[in-house]
Amino acid sequence: MTTTPEAPNLGRAQARKEDARLLTGRTNWTDNIRLPGALHVAFVRSPLAHARITGVDYSAALELPGVVAAFSGADFADEQGSLPCAWPVTEDIVTPAHPPMAVDEVRYAGEAVACVVARDAQSAADALEAVDVDYEPLPAVLDMEAALADGADLVHADAGTNRSFLWPLTEGDVDAAFDGADVVVTRRYRQQRLIPAAMEPRAVVCRPEGDSFTLWSATQIPHVLRVMLAMTTGIPEQDIRVIAPDVGGGFGSKLQVTAEEVLALLLARRLGLPVKWTETRSEGFQTTHHGRDQIQDVSIAADADGRIRGLKVDLLADMGAYLMLVTPGVPILGALMFPGIYKMDAYSFSCTGVFTTKMPTDAYRGAGRPEATYAIERIMNELADELGMDPLELRRRNWIAHEEFPYTTIAGLTYDSGNYEAATERAVELFGYSELRAEQERRRAAGDPVQLGIGVSTFTEMCGLAPSRVLGSLRYGAGGWEHASVRMLPTGKVEVVTGSSAHGQGHETAWSQIVADRLGVPFEDIRVLHGDTQVAPRGMDTYGSRSLVVGGTAVVRACDRVVDKARAIAAHMLEAAEEDLEFSGGVFRVRGTERPSATIQEVSLAAFAAHDLPEEMEASLDSEATVDPDDFSYPHGTHLCAVEVDTETGRTRIRSYVAVDDVGTIVNPMIVEGQVHGGLAQGIAQALYEEAVYDTEGNLVTSTMADYLLPSAADLPDFTTDRTVTPSTTNPLGVKGVGEAGTIASTPAVVNAVVDALRPYGVRDVPMPCTPERVWRAVTGVQDNEGAAQ
Amino acid sequence: MIPPRFDYTRPATLAEAVGILAADEDAKVLAGGQSLLPLLRFRLASPTSVVDLGAIAGLRGVADEGGHVRVGALTTHYEVVNDPLIAAHCGLLAQATRTVADPAVRHRGTIGGSMAHADPAGDLPAVALALAAEFLVTGPGGDRSVPAAEFFVDYLTTALEPGEVLTAIRIPKLDGWSFHYEKFSRTAQAWAIVGVAAAVRRVNGDITEARVGLTNMGTTPVRADSVESACRGIPAQADAIHEAARSADAEADPPSDLSAQADYRRHLARVLTGRALARAAGS
Ligand SMILES: Cc1cc2nc3c(=O)[nH]c(=O)nc-3n(C[C@H](O)[C@H](O)[C@H](O)COP(=O)(O)OP(=O)(O)OC[C@H]3O[C@@H](n4cnc5c(N)ncnc54)[C@H](O)[C@@H]3O)c2cc1C
Repeated sequence: MTTTPEAPNLGRAQARKEDARLLTGRTNWTDNIRLPGALHVAFVRSPLAHARITGVDYSAALELPGVVAAFSGADFADEQGSLPCAWPVTEDIVTPAHPPMAVDEVRYAGEAVACVVARDAQSAADALEAVDVDYEPLPAVLDMEAALADGADLVHADAGTNRSFLWPLTEGDVDAAFDGADVVVTRRYRQQRLIPAAMEPRAVVCRPEGDSFTLWSATQIPHVLRVMLAMTTGIPEQDIRVIAPDVGGGFGSKLQVTAEEVLALLLARRLGLPVKWTETRSEGFQTTHHGRDQIQDVSIAADADGRIRGLKVDLLADMGAYLMLVTPGVPILGALMFPGIYKMDAYSFSCTGVFTTKMPTDAYRGAGRPEATYAIERIMNELADELGMDPLELRRRNWIAHEEFPYTTIAGLTYDSGNYEAATERAVELFGYSELRAEQERRRAAGDPVQLGIGVSTFTEMCGLAPSRVLGSLRYGAGGWEHASVRMLPTGKVEVVTGSSAHGQGHETAWSQIVADRLGVPFEDIRVLHGDTQVAPRGMDTYGSRSLVVGGTAVVRACDRVVDKARAIAAHMLEAAEEDLEFSGGVFRVRGTERPSATIQEVSLAAFAAHDLPEEMEASLDSEATVDPDDFSYPHGTHLCAVEVDTETGRTRIRSYVAVDDVGTIVNPMIVEGQVHGGLAQGIAQALYEEAVYDTEGNLVTSTMADYLLPSAADLPDFTTDRTVTPSTTNPLGVKGVGEAGTIASTPAVVNAVVDALRPYGVRDVPMPCTPERVWRAVTGVQDNEGAAQ
Repeated sequence: MIPPRFDYTRPATLAEAVGILAADEDAKVLAGGQSLLPLLRFRLASPTSVVDLGAIAGLRGVADEGGHVRVGALTTHYEVVNDPLIAAHCGLLAQATRTVADPAVRHRGTIGGSMAHADPAGDLPAVALALAAEFLVTGPGGDRSVPAAEFFVDYLTTALEPGEVLTAIRIPKLDGWSFHYEKFSRTAQAWAIVGVAAAVRRVNGDITEARVGLTNMGTTPVRADSVESACRGIPAQADAIHEAARSADAEADPPSDLSAQADYRRHLARVLTGRALARAAGS
């Protein structure tokens, strides 16, 4: 990416202006907020996966030093409402009530049943042990298929079923596509349950101010949260201010309206004092929403030459015990992405949402798209194997050629741009594909106990969430627009207010780069404000790789309006016609003359003084814009992974990893690089390391970092990254979004590599995460004590 | 993650520490705190009082005692890894200690704490067992010495009696031996699924003696006697060694847990023992 004299900032690897404070922690994390007189809340949580609550006795807790109050769910039954689900994906979806504190029944281990409020966090923690809760155990419901069987134990007895919804889609003649096929490959893949594990735990502080409230939360969605808090509790929206101070990561887990947020608000109201709650890491693992957890039945039909005829996908998606903010929408976001980058004649999809007595699932980095990409990219490799074809060659025969864009896929999405050939060619070159294939042959022939595997993943994803009309048609409760306002201050400095809510992405830097070029002001002169509903009153927040694509476009539009206003004033100042002015590098000049010029800073000061403005001109350059995207954007790329698998121990070592991504125009290559690296780490983690495991009683056993294995830098290879640039045509910046690409692409790349290494042993799949033990069982066929051969 | 309330003392002498511990059976010794603090924070332990050994002179450091090296109980993992005496005479201990956790933990955690905690997944107990170390203990009844074979009694349980403090570990010098510690864990900073501490003595290309200790293959570290016998007199060559290693799990009774089932642990013990011995034997 090269910058230009007119646009010296866009495309520059500008160091992030927010990093010094984020990395040193010298900033306002929610848990750092100390309010005078604040009380500390701790929650009593269910030790059982499913039980009727027959009694809550907190009288002993009230006697303990420092304890101010204690409450059960029953004490808030009249005012706590039900935690919202904003995405009822079908008309007849079953959406059970979800009280923030359980009143009659608990449905997952960790569900809050009572709370204690104390003068300090230590006393609150001590008092938890003094609260007595009586439970009458009910059967845990843990397995999705068993949950759907006749006579299954029910998570919600009233609902009469564990099925929340069935969401079908059919395009083209699927039967014909399969009936006439030379090859049909059918597989079942499992998306294990994952724990998002953001670095900063969830935390919330709420302060009552007369009849109104300020609530600080480690959230990705201050704006949505404010609306939902008002709708859930009945407290008028204008009386609630939500602040997301600096937030240390979310990955979707803070795209939520949580029980603790609602209860903090209600406790502050009930007690008339500020309250604070910060989760412990184990509490977070147990009760911050989980990700993925699907069973995917996938069939692909093709002609003998490899041309894909059709694809069938049937999903079971584990909702957990309740539907949270977008729980049912996550698998539906994936519904349109299973066809990936390929052309085909027919496609059918269905998703059944299933209740179990586990923590609800919801958005986790990629949300629906990693699941879809995994399924199609895994089964493409199996199809290639079936056909005896190189997996890259099979992809070449089926992908949308670059001259075919814009292209409407079988799922009905119109991909605006892309160049799969270019990205793949570059990746193959960087990877040394044929050399590695040759080495693989040598090792296979020699019977080397350490086998080499090569994994391919060519992916695309829909980003830039989202055109409001599309969200409406998918029954999502809100729109997908974004808002920005740009204020020129009298001294010529700039405040940019964005409705995006950065929690690690670097918006302050990227937005400043955009504005610096657009207005011709120095990068350092720009301050970006966000994450406070009083400071940034309009916004749709940050998730789904939407902020640059949608929010960045709003910033561009607002800047253009500032320039329009400035142009009128400058024309007046320079005694010229507006049409005769040119604007570049922050200076208005009369085109083709040597006449005096005016800088945008001078114009800003003139607007402030307002001594001599054109007729009808307001004394301000401030402008705003609300942008609803015309369509999604579609980043894509080709990722290649080489693994060495020690067949004696089952250990997989990633030897090399090449990621060539096309995320459109690049505002800041350093930020892009960081997003790709972090995304790869999380995607590789799903492939090899992470899994949330519940025992047969429904207790989460991976409740600490000693058991839930997050890889560190020491476990990851050096990444070779590069980019092709095919600008998006759906937004003026040409950007596509990069927040999720690495996660989406890498999981199938790694698993494809592991399976490729083991093909000589007859292995066709290794369930995720591909632990050494599972690999060993796959190689040897030795069954585990549950009878699984892998 | 807030621990329950407890008293904290930091006595200046060993006698004082033993006195406090003998008087209160719910008191707990604090060394590096890397195992005790997590237990407190999870509220899995709730001692009335925590007795910090940090101010007691003489519990830290490494000394040459002729046939042995004496390592003070409060010597940190970091110090063990970097100590020249240990490097010269007990390289296996340094090598195993290098695999413990991460630098932050190694700067605080101590050898005595690792032994006294007796986590079978800990890397150091198997080394102590394989090398027939001796544990020096001071308690209300005076000083005594416990051989490694008797020190590790059960899961998280040692021969230490209430009121006793582990003061040092005496490790026979390994001069003339070669060794290797093979650790198998899922991530770089995770605990061992299985670990193998191996040392061999070679004469004219044959193994004359071998020592093998196993990590996480039972409720205590395990001495692999069968392999040790099977190695005696075999050529120091890969084939023979791997053949001998097939009995590596004979004495073990490995657990099934989240990170591995027992049958896989047995398999790993055999493979890794072969590898550790082969590395030790330079073949
Ligand atoms: C994240 C993490 C990862 C780790 N990974 C590993 C690993 O891979 N391999 C490994 O081997 N270890 C690992 N450890 C444990 C580490 O080695 C600890 O240092 C060790 O287990 C305990 O040593 P300590 O000095 O911290 O003891 P403490 O935590 O202070 O004490 C542990 C126990 O021993 C008792 N105790 C301590 N010293 C004495 C003494 N002198 N006399 C009598 N009783 C005593 C205490 O009362 C307590 O019961 C890890 C720890 C952490 C936090």
